Amino acid sequence: MIEFKLPSLGAEMDEGTLLEWKVKPGDRVKKGDVVAVVDTSKSAIDVEIWEEGTIYELMHEPKETLPVGTVIAHLLEPGETPEHAEEEKRRMAAEAKAAAPPAAPSPAPVPGLVPAPAPPSAEARVRASPAARQRARDLNVDLAVVTGTGPHGAITIEDVEKAAAAAAQPPDRATEMRRAIAAAMARSKREIPHYYLATDIPLARASQWLTARNEQRSVTERVLMAVPLLKAVALALKRYPELNGFFRDGAFVPGAGIHLGVAISLRQGGLIAPAIRDVDRKGLDELMRALSDLVGRARALTLRSSEMSDATVTVTNLGDQGVDLVHGVIYPPQVALIGFGKITQRPWVEDGKVVVAPVLTASLSADHRASDGHRGALFLVELARALQDPEKLDTGTG
Amino acid sequence: MKMTYREAVRQGLRDALATDPRVFLMGEDVGKYGGTYAVSKGFLEEFGPERIRDTPLSELAFVGTGIGAALGGMRPIVEVMTVNFSLLALDQIVNTAALYRHMSGGQFSVPLVVRMATGAGRQLAAQHSHSLENWYAHVPGIKVIAPATIDDARGMLKPALADPDPVVIFEHALLYNFEGELSEPWRDVDIASAKVLRPGRDVTLVAYAGTVWKALEAARQLAAEGVEAEVVDLRVLRPLDDATIMASVRRTRRAVVVDEGWRTGSLAAEVMARIMEQAFYDLDAPVARVCSEEVPIPYAKHLEDAALPQPPKIVAAVKQLLGKT
Repeated sequence: MIEFKLPSLGAEMDEGTLLEWKVKPGDRVKKGDVVAVVDTSKSAIDVEIWEEGTIYELMHEPKETLPVGTVIAHLLEPGETPEHAEEEKRRMAAEAKAAAPPAAPSPAPVPGLVPAPAPPSAEARVRASPAARQRARDLNVDLAVVTGTGPHGAITIEDVEKAAAAAAQPPDRATEMRRAIAAAMARSKREIPHYYLATDIPLARASQWLTARNEQRSVTERVLMAVPLLKAVALALKRYPELNGFFRDGAFVPGAGIHLGVAISLRQGGLIAPAIRDVDRKGLDELMRALSDLVGRARALTLRSSEMSDATVTVTNLGDQGVDLVHGVIYPPQVALIGFGKITQRPWVEDGKVVVAPVLTASLSADHRASDGHRGALFLVELARALQDPEKLDTGTG
Repeated sequence: MKMTYREAVRQGLRDALATDPRVFLMGEDVGKYGGTYAVSKGFLEEFGPERIRDTPLSELAFVGTGIGAALGGMRPIVEVMTVNFSLLALDQIVNTAALYRHMSGGQFSVPLVVRMATGAGRQLAAQHSHSLENWYAHVPGIKVIAPATIDDARGMLKPALADPDPVVIFEHALLYNFEGELSEPWRDVDIASAKVLRPGRDVTLVAYAGTVWKALEAARQLAAEGVEAEVVDLRVLRPLDDATIMASVRRTRRAVVVDEGWRTGSLAAEVMARIMEQAFYDLDAPVARVCSEEVPIPYAKHLEDAALPQPPKIVAAVKQLLGKT
């Protein structure tokens, strides 16, 4: 039997609200199939499954808010019978019970004010007042997702009523997103020792080459400068893999591929950074299609779960807004962020002569726990070099 | 009209003596000395030695005499100076007065009123500072009342005398000099109900006798922090007025019982148990209590203060219930 758990769709996500099931018991699914739509604090995400099997049972109903890691469905493995699955469930329940850690010691209560804590039990009880329990039953509120503010963190009737009221009204997306960004960015600045590097990159060759390439194509098939930039980043990252991946549990874990998170600002405020997968292996036209598709769906809030959680590094382009230089904040647990400013006509010295050339300032914010400035500098130099050979960027499929 | 608690008790006694010839007052030093707490000062001259009777130093003897007089048709008011000395009369009160109606198959009743001072706070040390109201409130067959306000000090004696069964009145010794307003126009009070002295929405403070004023002071301090405490004065310790207590707790969903008795086996414990029995599903926090520390009441002022319920302890208990600590 396969347990399908609610995945984390971003560093800031610790719970999600099930909006819709896209499958029902008996449906056969394979890796990549969308099985559910989950509302995170940022947007509604299509959640994909990563294993093959047959949906056996759905454990939760739409509208429920669940912590990340909650088992939301059971699947039968190919060839598995329901009887076997039931047996598995019993075995797993027994194991979970045996392995339950002893309850953490409670803080010493004021003598007599509260009774001595009950002996640790296998099933940790939610601490809630009798009135809160009664009201939770009446309002159909799950106490497990209510935060208590009473004595020793117990859930009070007011907490239940607030939770019910919050559930009754749709979350304010802008507020939620602001909160999510605040959490992720605060964590980043709290935990990640950033170092910042920047370099100016002449883009005369790249822009001439791209203009010529676009002239042979219809308007809809034209490629924006953002695309060669992404590709150049991916190719440079291949040579400096310590910038591509995650810092988890005190150690760097390299990314499984080069999946660039593209920071996309949303019209209603806030931003998301969904991923384009395997950018190093995609051709420019394919990348252009992927980018347009991603921007469109990000703004329509119809992203897929893998796109939200896959990015191994983030690229942000604030050139359109008119700034020259970005000092980016890394999106944890990633270890680097590449920023692009505006492409401007500047005096540039080439072959001993001052010429007017399009120049871009590229910057790198990197996690000093995972890499050092020396390597970061070499990465930026490699990025600049890659952009001087635009033909070589147009490799890969499509 | 403003008056002291002592004056209010005095007026109640004078009323009773003046309106019913069956009523008489007896006890140690109630006559010539004018009462240990000066409650009956001048009564000997006013009502004469037949009705204001000094007794020998034997609580057992003079409470027993009071029972006999009550059985004989009189309406005696027996003053037992303090609850500390009433232990010598426990046999008369518990084994005789409380049981005669039952043991005589309803043929006799004992319309006796026993008054006694109670409580600590005056540096009278361990043997003179008990709060043993709960001992009496434990016993079926008697009523136990504890006037805390000027109105109750003035008015509870009348219904106590009208009651056909024994009534024990506890007057907290600290309250005699307490000043307050007597209600005008005057309305008779009952000896059956508890009373909400201060309305509030966040927590119920249940108190009686001397702790009522500490609870009110705690409520005042809490109000300054935005916490509205409701103060319920029990007034009657047996039988307890469950309805008033529960109505308040159902509104506020939290309760702190304030009791000058020692914690173990206290009246506070009884009130808490009843709340648990009758209002469990309305509670939003465990019921708490503030009682005296379980030590002989110390003589030294700072230690005595520390041993008794005080407004800061009540405030702290309330904050804990509200999750504010």
